[in-house]
Amino acid sequence: MTIVSHEVPSRVSYILASQGDNIKISTIGSRAWLIEAPGDFDLPAQRRIWSLAATLRMRDDVESLIPGVTNLLVLFRQTPEDYDATFALLAGAWEQAQAVHPQGKLIEIPVIYGGEHATDLDAVCQHTGLSPRDVIRRHSQGCYTVFSLGSAPGFGYLHGLDPSLATPRKKVPSLNMLKGTVTIGGAQTGVSALTGPNGWNAIGFAELTLFDPCAENPALMAPGDSVRFLPERIEL
Amino acid sequence: MTPKAVIEILKTGPLNTVQDAGRSGFRDIGVSVSGVMDPLAFRAGNILLGNDENAACIEVQMFPFKVRFLADTSIAVTGADCRTKLDGEELPPWWACSVRTGQELEMQFPRSGARSYLCVAGGIDVPVVMGSRSTALRGGFGGTDGRPLAKNDRLAACDSFISPLPAQGMGIEPPQIALANVFPTSTEGLVQLRAIPAGEYALFEADLPRFWSQPWKVSLHSNRTGYRLSGEPVTPSKVIEMRSYGLIPGIVQVPPAGEPIIQLADANTAGGYPKIAGIIEEDLWRLAQVQPGQSIRLVKSDAREAIGVARQINQWFSRLRDNVMPVKTVMGF
Repeated sequence: MTIVSHEVPSRVSYILASQGDNIKISTIGSRAWLIEAPGDFDLPAQRRIWSLAATLRMRDDVESLIPGVTNLLVLFRQTPEDYDATFALLAGAWEQAQAVHPQGKLIEIPVIYGGEHATDLDAVCQHTGLSPRDVIRRHSQGCYTVFSLGSAPGFGYLHGLDPSLATPRKKVPSLNMLKGTVTIGGAQTGVSALTGPNGWNAIGFAELTLFDPCAENPALMAPGDSVRFLPERIEL
Repeated sequence: MTPKAVIEILKTGPLNTVQDAGRSGFRDIGVSVSGVMDPLAFRAGNILLGNDENAACIEVQMFPFKVRFLADTSIAVTGADCRTKLDGEELPPWWACSVRTGQELEMQFPRSGARSYLCVAGGIDVPVVMGSRSTALRGGFGGTDGRPLAKNDRLAACDSFISPLPAQGMGIEPPQIALANVFPTSTEGLVQLRAIPAGEYALFEADLPRFWSQPWKVSLHSNRTGYRLSGEPVTPSKVIEMRSYGLIPGIVQVPPAGEPIIQLADANTAGGYPKIAGIIEEDLWRLAQVQPGQSIRLVKSDAREAIGVARQINQWFSRLRDNVMPVKTVMGF
């Protein structure tokens, strides 16, 4: 009935979208412009996206900026009258953008690895060929960076997963995954922000509120923050 | 201090909610925009009452819906023609009038359209959360504690300093009539929605004639999150994995099965399906009034056309304000 949050790929093999060395600029409707960085899914590209966002944030004609994964959606207040001028503005801003290192905070998250909420730990082991202890060790030794927030209020896409742990999203999402579930989705990891349908692989659980609509800063995580997972307990 | 309630819900379907224009400032932390699906009906209702144009209202999409008034006030009902009855007497569509304590208003399944808006003088008074009174169902906040309206709910209104409407009421011409020349309908009577090609448009090259020429049926699996379209699938020339990118309402994405999804008010802020087009936001109110099971057509458009339509909508709102205020001044008490 509802459109679930994490889209499930129907085929196993994908060709990665690549624009060569050039950025790709396209529109969604008339007011929203999407700037996609060329190259790999990596931290330097994302840092340049943050720099681009910081520059554009100062403009009065920009209503919202939504950083994605190596891309940025720019929503103007009004439909720009001049397509070519807007294209040139955004392309120029990208050229100027430097890879900034935001002074993010460090968030340490105690995790219960394994146990009743780690419903996909076996699947991750099967896919990666690693033992549960190895999966947990590699996951908890990682140093992660919040790339962007989205999908659910306060949910952070975390970059820095040990490549050996990458596991495709599930073909059939869990219908009622608890908020606080520690998950792996493709080459990324995260902590679910809402209880509900979820296509990522659950490997642990953290007692953590990522989003509080009444707080001054509703989202705990911000792009550029560092995240570490501390194994509080391992239940195998 | 609890504000005095003015409306009590007597009967409601499962997904009727309090909404205003939405919560647009927090997309970058994953918060959906929410807000009314038909901003024309919403703003017109508030203009009729002399309200702030962002005053919160009740969006009714599940019928029948019935309320009792707990105080004398003024109301407006706009949007879908839902055969509204006040104490059993039918009100014309797009109508505003004063109501007395104890009177009951019932909205039935619409003759045409899908969503009706019940506005009240001053606007529905629920707490402002993150800059908006809109209900965010998925996040579970805003509106009435983040949930849909339920029987026995009592809602207060914000203070209104506007003189009440005359009991006999006043109406306006709905935009589908007043702006019929701005919003096209196909020869077979289908709503035509203008859409601008988006990032992965070229990948669908082989199927583009089909994308633009066939009528798309709005599937029953459609709601405030998104509308699914049924028809002959469109498929890309190669399958690509997209990195997660920001979404806005109106984006037309194509999941692997080839039947497009139009993301709407309660959609996620980010997603990863290829995007074939974006419906101009000036046309989204019409989609909001298409009932599941009906069909629509997509028409290729551009930003220039969107600017023109936005201008016509703004002129319509200006005319409404100009026409409504003097009437209220003369007929008010």
